[in-house]
Formats: sequence, structure tokens, C-alpha cells
Amino acid sequence: MNWVWFHKWASPKWFFQKTDALVLWFGFLCLILLTVGTVWGLAFAPEDFKQGNSFRIFYIHVPSAILAQSIFMAMAISAAVGLIWRIKLAHIFVEVAAPIGASITLLALLTGAIWGKPTWGTWWVWDARLTSTLIQFFIYLGIISLYQAIENRDTASKATAIACLVGIVNLPIIKFSVNWWNTLHQPATFKLTEAPSMATEMWVPGLIMMIGFYLFFAYLVLIRMRSEVLEREKRSAWVREYLEKKDVL
Amino acid sequence: MIGGAFRYEFLQAYRLRSELVNPVVFFVMVCAMFPLALGSNAQLLAPLASGIVWVAAVLATMLSLDQMFRQDFDDGILEQMELSEVPFYQIVAFKILAHWCLTGLPLVILSPLLAMMLYMPAESYLSLIIGLLIGTPILSLIGAIGAALTVKIRRGNIVLALLVMPLYVPILIFGSTAPLMAAEGIVPAAQLLWLAAILVLMATIAPLAAALSLRVNIYGS
Repeated sequence: MNWVWFHKWASPKWFFQKTDALVLWFGFLCLILLTVGTVWGLAFAPEDFKQGNSFRIFYIHVPSAILAQSIFMAMAISAAVGLIWRIKLAHIFVEVAAPIGASITLLALLTGAIWGKPTWGTWWVWDARLTSTLIQFFIYLGIISLYQAIENRDTASKATAIACLVGIVNLPIIKFSVNWWNTLHQPATFKLTEAPSMATEMWVPGLIMMIGFYLFFAYLVLIRMRSEVLEREKRSAWVREYLEKKDVL
Repeated sequence: MIGGAFRYEFLQAYRLRSELVNPVVFFVMVCAMFPLALGSNAQLLAPLASGIVWVAAVLATMLSLDQMFRQDFDDGILEQMELSEVPFYQIVAFKILAHWCLTGLPLVILSPLLAMMLYMPAESYLSLIIGLLIGTPILSLIGAIGAALTVKIRRGNIVLALLVMPLYVPILIFGSTAPLMAAEGIVPAAQLLWLAAILVLMATIAPLAAALSLRVNIYGS
């Protein structure tokens, strides 16, 4: 197989030029999907016969919770790619995605708490899923603070990548320990509603929101990666050329 | 060389005896805080005892982590160790082992005394000691990765704590539930075996990861 296409994406210049148009498309698509999904989910989807209107936060809670986990997975894969093939763009992705991942995890926790109040009668339960999401949030914060604390940028990139990989090795252990501890202590009174066989008109807006969330993440990451690339390559000729063309200099 | 590295650690610790004692004193003091804050009711403290001892052990270990590599990194000894013909991860592994002998092991030895002061039921003692004996090396191993990553940061203590604490959660859960199971008359084999499994995993990964992190910090890239 020809790997040239792959190597080309490791070049900051190639990445910057090729994503120029992509950013707009991602932004445009996620705007449409999020608008359609939100309006459909919050206004037109049928009411849940048990939870009433409070279930509608599902359309924000579930996509953010799933996305939060995917971001961590993507960060770990990218960290490994960066360490093994010494690709700087992969490191940039990790650094740029971490704060987004942390805020999405926080969104999942907050919407979960808001959803929990009317359905469980309490803001917070030390349930297995909640606890492991909280710990995942802490891991995000630890990684961000590590990156912020190291002054040398190359050292910071590699240290962050190692921390990501150590975090991903530990994540299954944390999940398992929390699950297990939960069954020991927590009576089965509270349980996250097991995926109900939803009506089609209920899950379709959920799916739209999910794709919208992923595109939103891609959009944010691309914007932040591009500005990071520009900053790091500010001394190279192609950046000056680009800025001159934009009439910034 | 390996024996030398080991002896070097102990000699260093012996010359700084006060630093050696600090985590142990901290451990005892944290444990003593709980009865003062929660009230000295035996009925209340007995079920909490294992959790208190474990939290104190985790905090005491975390306090000692920052010194694991810092001094040797600052005066360049670590760089010389990296340059020696012995694989670097082996030296790091022995440093971690020495760290456990000097901070983890004293905590294990002291733990029955503290458990007694917290009115822990007699059936729980064995599982608490075995749990700490398996668990505290894991704390040193995971902590070594964090200490190696933050070795270059001035006042890296808080970053180190933020980085390492979430990873300590499983050890805390397995370790502190084992004595509770034992108190109910169940053999906590599952928890202890899980701890042993994590120990094997971490003993394999942590020296390599810590050595890699130190190398990144030594060479700057």
C-alpha cells in the first residue's frame, strides 16, 4: 500500500492548506445538525410517558457523554502516534483536544446532575458511571495542568503524550474497580435507565445531535490546531506568504 | 552497578533521616485527625477504619513522591545513570523499589497500630496488612511515572498530585473494601488478587514509562 498520503498529513504546511476549506464545511454542517437536532429534540420529539419533558436533556447529555470518551481515546491514539513516529501534528492534537475533552466531560456531568434531580430525586449519586466519568474528568485536568506547567514545548508535548497513554491503560481498571465497588455498596435503587427501546421519532434527533457533537468537536479541534500550527511555524516562509496574502502583515 | 544504585539510595536516605521519617509522621497525624473530627465513637469509627488508613497511606505516599527523582535530576546524577551501560529502566526500577522500602514499608508496619487506634474489628487486620503490602508498591510505581513527568517543574508537587490521584482510585477502592469484606466474614480474595494483578501490570509498565519520561526531561525533547 502506498503511504504517501499518510506522510503528507504529517506536514504542518500540507495540513494547514488542506484543512482550509474543511473547517468551514465542518462548521456549517455542525451548525445545521445541532440546530435541527436541538429544535427537533426539545420541541417536537414526543414526550416520555414516565419522565415527561425532563427526559429531553437526553439530547445533550448522551452525545456529550459519548463524545467525552471518544476524545480521550482519540487523544491516546494520537499520543502513541506522536511518540512512535515523532509527528508533531499528533502532539498538537493531544494538547488542543484536552481542554475540549475536559469541558465536554463537565457538560456531561452537569447535564447528568440536572437530569438526575427530577428523575432520581438527587443531584449526585455515587453510581458507577457517574464516578468513573468524574475520575475521567480529573484525568483530563491532570493532563492539562501537566502540559501547562512544563515550559519547554517539546518536553511538554512528550510528557503529555506519556501521561495520556498511562491514563488510557488505567481507565479500564478504574471503570472495573468502580463498577465492582458499586455493586458492593450501592443498593440497586438508582440505576441509569437502561437503554429503553425508544420510538424512532425519539432516537432520530438523538442521532442527529450525536453527529452534530462530533462535527462540533472536529470543527473546534481544526480551528485550534490551525492556529497552533501557525504559531509554531511562524518563522517559516509559507506562513509569511499566507499572512501576506491575507493582508495581515 | 545495580547493587550500587540500591546502596546509594539507602545511603542518601540515611543521611537525610528526618526526611525519611516525615511521611510516616504525616501518616500517623492524618489518621489521628479523623477521630478528632468525627468523634471518638468506636461504633462510628470501626467501619471507617480501613478507609481512613488507606486514604492516609495514599496521601503520605504522594507527599514523598516529589523527592523520588528530583535531587538526582537537579545535580546531574540521573544523567550519569542514564549514560551508564546498565539499561536505564532497571536503575529506575531499583529506585522505585528503594522508595517503597523507605516509605511504603514503614506505613505497612505501622498500619496495625493505627487500625487498633481506630477500633478496627480483629477479623480485618490480616486483609488490611496484606492489602497494604500489595497496594503500597503500586502507589510507588504509579507515582514514579508522575514524579518522572514532573521532575523539571518547579513546585511540581501539586501537578504531581493532580496527575497521580485519579490513577490511585482503583487501588484505594480494592484496598479499603477488602477489610470490610473480612469484617463480614467473607474472604476478600477477589480484591487482593485484583491488587496483585495490578501490581504485576504496573511493575511491568511503570519502570519503562518512568525511564522514558525521565529521558524526555533529561534531553529536553
